[in-house]
This record gives sequence, C-alpha cells and structure tokens, in this order.
Amino acid sequence: MIRTAWLVARKDLRIEFRSRVLLWQVTPFALLSLVLAGLALGPDKAGSSSSAPGLFYLVVLFVALSVVQRSRSLESAPGTRASVATLGLDPAGVFLGKSLALTLELWGLGLILLIGSVLFLHIALIGAVKALPSVAVTLGVMSTAGTIYGALTTGGEGPVTLLPLLTLPAFAPLLVAGERSLSAALYGGALWEWWVIVVVALVAYVAVGVAVYGVLEES
Amino acid sequence: MSGSFPLLAGLTFCAQPGTLVVLRGGNGAGKTSALRLLGGLERLNGGSGRVLDIDLSSGDRRGLRRRVGWMGHEGSFYEDLTVRENLEFAARSLGRPVEDIDPALERVGLGHRRSTPTRQLSAGQRRRLALGWILVRRPELWLLDEPHAALDRSARDLVDQLVLDALSVGVTVVVSAHDQLDARLAPDQVLVLSGGRVVEES
Repeated sequence: MIRTAWLVARKDLRIEFRSRVLLWQVTPFALLSLVLAGLALGPDKAGSSSSAPGLFYLVVLFVALSVVQRSRSLESAPGTRASVATLGLDPAGVFLGKSLALTLELWGLGLILLIGSVLFLHIALIGAVKALPSVAVTLGVMSTAGTIYGALTTGGEGPVTLLPLLTLPAFAPLLVAGERSLSAALYGGALWEWWVIVVVALVAYVAVGVAVYGVLEES
Repeated sequence: MSGSFPLLAGLTFCAQPGTLVVLRGGNGAGKTSALRLLGGLERLNGGSGRVLDIDLSSGDRRGLRRRVGWMGHEGSFYEDLTVRENLEFAARSLGRPVEDIDPALERVGLGHRRSTPTRQLSAGQRRRLALGWILVRRPELWLLDEPHAALDRSARDLVDQLVLDALSVGVTVVVSAHDQLDARLAPDQVLVLSGGRVVEES
C-alpha cells in the first residue's frame, strides 16, 4: 500500500511539475480572487476586518475544487482508466498517493494564499505564521475528502460538475473550523479546539478513504 | 448487462494457453465488451466464466487485471509524462524490472521517442506505446482491441510479429477485428459477433 501510494504521489506531482497547470492557471486565479476579496472589503476595512479569514478560506475552497478536479482528470481520460486498471494497483495506496500529492499541492498554494492575504487583505504576518499548522491540517483534510468525492463523481461516471455540489457539505465544517482557527491565530481565541476538530476529521477521512476508495473506483 | 438489455449473451468459448482467438463483427457487436469482460475490466452480471483460473463473477478481478495486457482503441496514458516515464510507472507498479523498458521501446520502434511527452505522439505511436506497455508487463493474456486500427503497414507487421512471438511462448491472445487478420496470423478460433451474440464460429 505504501509503495503504491509513493508511486502514485510521485507520478501526480511529476505531471503537475511538467504541465505547470497549478503554476500558470490555479495560482493566478487564487491571487486574483484574493485581490478581488481585498477590493470587496475596501481599503479602510481590509486590515481590520474579521472577514479576512472567511475570505481566505473562500478562496481556498475555489482553489481546492480546481485542484481536486484537475487530479481526477488525470485518471479519467478515455483509455487511461483501462490502461491503469490493468496495473491492478492497491486502491488504498492509490487513495493515499493521490491525497498526498493533493495535500502537497494545496500546501504550496495555501502558503502563497497566506502570503497573498498578508499583502492584499492586510492580515498580521505573525498571525499568519501562527495559523500555519491549522491551515496545513485543514488543507490535508480537504485533500483527503476531495480525493474521495473526486472518485465518487468520476468513478460513477457522473458529471464532474457534481463535484462542487457533493464536496460542499464535506468541506463546510472544515472551512468553518479552519476559519475559526485562523481567526483565533489572528485576533486571539481558542486556537487548539478548532484545530483538534480538523485533526479528528483528517483521521476519519483517511480511514474512510482507505476502506471505500476501491469500491468507488469500481462502481 | 447494462440498463435493460444484455451487452453480451450466448457468448461461449474456451481458449487454451498459447492460442489465438479472434472476435470479429461490426460496430456495436460486443467485441470490446467481451474483451473488457475477459480482462476483468467489467463485472460479469450473469452466466459464468473463468480467465486464468479466476472466476469472473466472484474472483479477484484486480488480481486478474495484473495478469492481462490491454491495448484499447485509445492507447491512452498519462499525457504529461514522457514515453519512458509511462512505462516506468507500469513496470514499478507491477514490480517488473525497469531495465526491460529500453529494450521494449526499441522493439516497438519508440527508442528515439523515450523522452517525448506522450501528448506529442501520433495515434500510431500511441498504439506502439501500448504494445511497449504490454511487453514491459509480460502478461499471460493479451487483449488487443482492433490492434491494426490507425497503424501503417510497418506498424501492422510489428503487431503481427509481436503476437506471433507471444503465442510462441505460451501467451494466449484474444484480438478483436473488423476484418480479416494478416495471413501470417492463423487464428485457432474465430468468433463472429453480432448484437452481443456469437452468430458464427470456426
């Protein structure tokens, strides 16, 4: 399982490195969204508004959906599914590998978004640094949940436009917990309580993914 | 079965190791469905079947797939990986030696293309890559879906020679085709399909 996970993660990351889709398409979109969010707040409120964490995670949601769809599209090209299916890869390993690659990609984008939030939403740099662990874990859970729901939409040959609709209920509690954690890091409050919720969600999604990913792929 | 009508019905045949079976028929006759079923890519919803001693209804379909070489219409791979990287992924997934990759690429005429991203390959070159994928994997059963489609004369000869080589070492080959195969390939069985049924057998 671990060997398969490593193979799949390395393959997905290599494809991203080659295609530069994250660099030239998703990153500019993410930064432009942050700029628009900053403009929506207005120059007077940007630095002090408590909306900044929510706007940060709203952009994270858009970015996560793009990256999850991109990850699934790698596997769902005509013929690729059949070719790769004949490799008989361990589905739990595929799930872990795709989740790992997605997590690393989202970490990179999350870091850029945090820096962008300091620049465009004028959040405090020290608060952004304090929020790094909670943001990292939240993005990790979104990756694992996104991998599961991505397989649900393409494995069942449902339209990929279903992905945002299906993932939103899964992402919503994570976004709330992440937003509260970021708020606590920026403005004070109970940081660890929300952080623990996200960690529990991570464990749950990893367990569910390992157990059901094969079924979703076969469906 | 799919929806309310069977994709295949009344398809009965037995292929011995090292034999060539040809499935012939027009578009929609059920050739590809039959191949996918044999490769464990589709679930058997009725009837019974065993491939490489694995039951198609209740057996380990993932285990079956690992022992099957598949060449579909599309010959699709990871577009942003190079030719060699695609084969390396297949070899490592199955625990095959990566040293086999370069000889396989030379064999299928893609030795000079090993560092080319797959998206830059022509349709014929993709089919050659699919053959290289099979050679690296060394499967016990080859399932070739219209292997001559989109190929020039030399590539068709290459396919035929590789099939002959595989048969000579005891690999079973099942091929779907619209038309007659090259005279060099003498099938042990020919099943003509129409509407998911065998209408002629020889």
